[in-house]
Amino acid sequence: MPSKKTGRLYIRKKLPFEVYEINLMNADDTELQIISRETGVGLSLDEMKAVQQYFKRRGRNPTDVELQTIGQTWSEHCFHKTFKGTIIFGDKEIESLFKTYIFKVTKELNPKWCFSVFEDNAGIIHFHGDYCVAVKVETHNHPSAIEPFGGAATGVGGVIRDILGVWADPIACTDVLCFGPLDFPYEKLPTGVKHPRYVYRGVTAGIGCYGNNMGIPTLNGAIRFDESYTGNVVVYCGCIGIVPLNKFQRQAEKGNVIVLAGGKTGRDGIHGVTFASAELTEESEEVSRPAVQIANPIQEEKLKRAILQIRDRKLASAITDLGGGGISCAVSETAYRFGLGASVELEKVPLKYGGLAPWEIYVSESQERMLLAVPRNHLKKVLEVFEDEDVEATPIGVYTDDGLIRVYYQSENVAEVEVSFLFNPPKAIRRAVWVPPRFEEPEFPEPKDLTSTLLNLLASPNIASKENVIRTYDHEVKGNTVLKPLHGELAGPNDAAVIKPLDDSWKGIAISCGINPNYGKIDAYWMAASNIEEAIRNNVAVGGTRIALLDNFTWGNPEKPDRLGSLVRACQACYDFAKAFETPFISGKDSLYNESPFGPVTPTLLITAVGIVEDVRNIVSMDIKAPNGLIYIVGETFQELGGSEYYVLNGFIGNSVPKVRAPQARRIIRGIQTAIEQGLIKACHDVSEGGLGVALAEMAFSGGYGVEIDLARVPVRDIIRNDFILFSESNGRFLVEVSEKSREEFESIMRGTPYGLIGIVTQSQHFCIRGLKGETVIDVSIRELMQSWKFGLEGGGSVK
Amino acid sequence: MKREEIRVLLMRVGGTNCDKETQRAFLELGAQADVFHINQIMRDKEKFLEYDALVFPGGFSYGDYVRAGAIWAKWIIAKLGREIKRFIAEEKPIIGICNGFQVLVEMGVLPAFNGISEHPEAALATNFPPGYNCRWVYIRHENHGNCVFTRRIAKNMVLRIPVAHSEGRFTFPKERENVCLERLIENDQLVFRYCHSDGKPAENVYPANPNGSFYDIAGICNREGTVLGLMPHPERAFYWWQQPDWTKRKFLPQYGDGKLILEGMLRYLEQKF
Repeated sequence: MPSKKTGRLYIRKKLPFEVYEINLMNADDTELQIISRETGVGLSLDEMKAVQQYFKRRGRNPTDVELQTIGQTWSEHCFHKTFKGTIIFGDKEIESLFKTYIFKVTKELNPKWCFSVFEDNAGIIHFHGDYCVAVKVETHNHPSAIEPFGGAATGVGGVIRDILGVWADPIACTDVLCFGPLDFPYEKLPTGVKHPRYVYRGVTAGIGCYGNNMGIPTLNGAIRFDESYTGNVVVYCGCIGIVPLNKFQRQAEKGNVIVLAGGKTGRDGIHGVTFASAELTEESEEVSRPAVQIANPIQEEKLKRAILQIRDRKLASAITDLGGGGISCAVSETAYRFGLGASVELEKVPLKYGGLAPWEIYVSESQERMLLAVPRNHLKKVLEVFEDEDVEATPIGVYTDDGLIRVYYQSENVAEVEVSFLFNPPKAIRRAVWVPPRFEEPEFPEPKDLTSTLLNLLASPNIASKENVIRTYDHEVKGNTVLKPLHGELAGPNDAAVIKPLDDSWKGIAISCGINPNYGKIDAYWMAASNIEEAIRNNVAVGGTRIALLDNFTWGNPEKPDRLGSLVRACQACYDFAKAFETPFISGKDSLYNESPFGPVTPTLLITAVGIVEDVRNIVSMDIKAPNGLIYIVGETFQELGGSEYYVLNGFIGNSVPKVRAPQARRIIRGIQTAIEQGLIKACHDVSEGGLGVALAEMAFSGGYGVEIDLARVPVRDIIRNDFILFSESNGRFLVEVSEKSREEFESIMRGTPYGLIGIVTQSQHFCIRGLKGETVIDVSIRELMQSWKFGLEGGGSVK
Repeated sequence: MKREEIRVLLMRVGGTNCDKETQRAFLELGAQADVFHINQIMRDKEKFLEYDALVFPGGFSYGDYVRAGAIWAKWIIAKLGREIKRFIAEEKPIIGICNGFQVLVEMGVLPAFNGISEHPEAALATNFPPGYNCRWVYIRHENHGNCVFTRRIAKNMVLRIPVAHSEGRFTFPKERENVCLERLIENDQLVFRYCHSDGKPAENVYPANPNGSFYDIAGICNREGTVLGLMPHPERAFYWWQQPDWTKRKFLPQYGDGKLILEGMLRYLEQKF
């Protein structure tokens, strides 16, 4: 750790093992910064000063174990300084983005069905009877950029442990991935950046490996491509679990034994949180390789079995996962939560190999470990359960009531810090500015041949089928998948997946997402608004109701005011629109510092929506069902092509980003929900990327029938071009198939909303669209449409 | 014996992950079904023999390191070999699904041309095209009545059941491929072959044959017909709502095709014992 020059800052303690005293008491500002850098704790000068003050009051220097513990707890990754800190935005001073925008929605809506939000490892909402649903979505971007397979796999492993960390049985995984373009020229790659194709293969393999091995179906997701992700891949991993409330234990008490269970501890995953809270550089590979952990899904599968038995027998009083910050964070967070202290004996921690310094044992993020608080009289039984499942479990300490974290190594006290100090870091103050970017609204004539435009759009990377990837994820295991990500024989793209988790109930959970970074290039506010509405629409399209949201931000360095400015804009939209749609946030996470030699990633907000399906027998899939079905579009089409796939295909971004008109969208959503409930809708599809044209094509080729559509019947505002009607990405729209006999009932439900009966399902295999003047603008076989869509991305859905 | 008296044992080990849904199917069919970790079974081997049927469920036993199913197979032969042999000798049925099929082949219990073999006589090799593949496939029933699980399934009937695996390419030793196939057919050990929806053989065309299996083989039984191994997952095609495009169909059967296989085992027990 110490270099020659700065050696005097670190004093090796006279002990038979490696513990350093850090000479903080006499350090000046420069030296404080040197210490922060050399020890890898990644604290700012203000924070280092706060640490210095604390130890000055105690009249001694900290040990390396203590400094590392503080560094881990105070990292952006663990403490979310930016979201909890003060932001000066123009003449406004925002005290905590989280409280001002995100949590505020939930607090104001205050639904009775929210059991625990933003409190535990995962958001917990009521489901059915005594059962609750727990949901969490995490990011694992930086590790995946360095080591795609391991980074993604441990991302899945980590979020599954979050679900286990609230005693829930994980029943489904989700994943949303953003890569650089697969055809990115090799010669343009800067040193230290891996080719998107390599990252893509590794990440998708890692995700599949973990979920498949654990037997958890991967049900929902998305894959996006954008140049800005070339140096910094974005990997969102989500997990949904189910937990009976009468088994939910959380009351750790003084005297409870701290039991560490699962994998052994090694040097893999040292300083993962610090690494996550810095930009990626050319040296990241070399410097930060140890920050990436190694995945062992079978270990976690066994751990899961044991934990669920311990839960059902109520043998433990609290549980938490070991993620960022390892044992140090898990122990101190539990102590903090229950108003306790803790005493830990580090030499008891089972190690992969010898030679780890105490601080390394304490902060290592080795995978597949959980921490339980166990009343002494249950300890033997708990250890037996673990043994039966072939899982190593070790008592490593005990919770105390003095509010102090004490760490021992071979009976030597190597750390002693107050819990209250650990959880009160100095508040970060950051500046934010927002200057709207200027993209010209393009001018180009309407192409004569819209058939080839549609075929090209279907084959474009963001729209084309991801079947090649989806098939490598087991989406059937557990046998509870009612609506699959790939629908039916022809593998069409369902808007959401539906799972039926309880054997004795027809109630289901609908899982969907909304993500569109293209809009974020223009305005993060409207991106966030669109993503919220899209996630909700996707959920509603299959029959989802009572929807809850999760927010996951992937942004650039928040210490740079422009990055932070767009983050503030996105948070503002989160409040405005989640409130308007009455969909509370129940969990979320932010990943900042996503910058590489290419610059920052495009601001990327993932909204995950979790809805309840009252009866899975009523769900609706997106494929058209039968000839003579009536096709409606509900909602208005505006000239909103900014950030659209159509503009991107033509090499533009544009400025006319789609807006969200919440009052009207709400009326439409309510109408669709009622119509589905009454069984009037035969097929329903959300209109988003690629607009009406793409959504219609997907419905047709997935159903195996042709359609005849008249664009003149589409409710529009100020559009006089066929291509714009077909490819505008206005929010608030659904495509719906209704049978002739349900026509009146459907129309009476939708009365008061803009809708148009735009066409009919035909027996033929022709996809025919007539333009505003009655001319044929698209005429193509559905087979050809399907081929474009299926094989658009790297050769597509068949043989790899 | 009566349906409700039948006791099915589902064995599991670290990495087994399809035990619950398989158990659910047997319970729904009216039998008793217990899931036990091998550690629990080892404590009382006698109890093991009290069961009427044995199931090796799907999953990734021991992480499928070395070869899929290999470690668990060796473990069982070493620690429960005698009991398993007795189980088979008493003509009690054993079914291995997916990873369970891999385990049975690695144990030498399938195809077991001359009784249980010391070394595997076949393999479930890595898929071609390579990689994990989760999809619904069609399989055709090829057995002439030897397999006790499928006696009530009509010959040539096409079943629709999903597969999900990366090591499912059924293979015989290259040089004895045809001889082995002849014996398999001669002994009436061939049970299921991958096919198109109309029942035409897949003839190794992807994705009808999802893994490149030799002769489109999806499932086989032993000479006696009491041990069945198959790659597709009948427990995932058990209820109507598990079907991939049920939202499109007007009339739905109450169950999926997978039920036929699992119920076949129970019917055999009802009649035989």
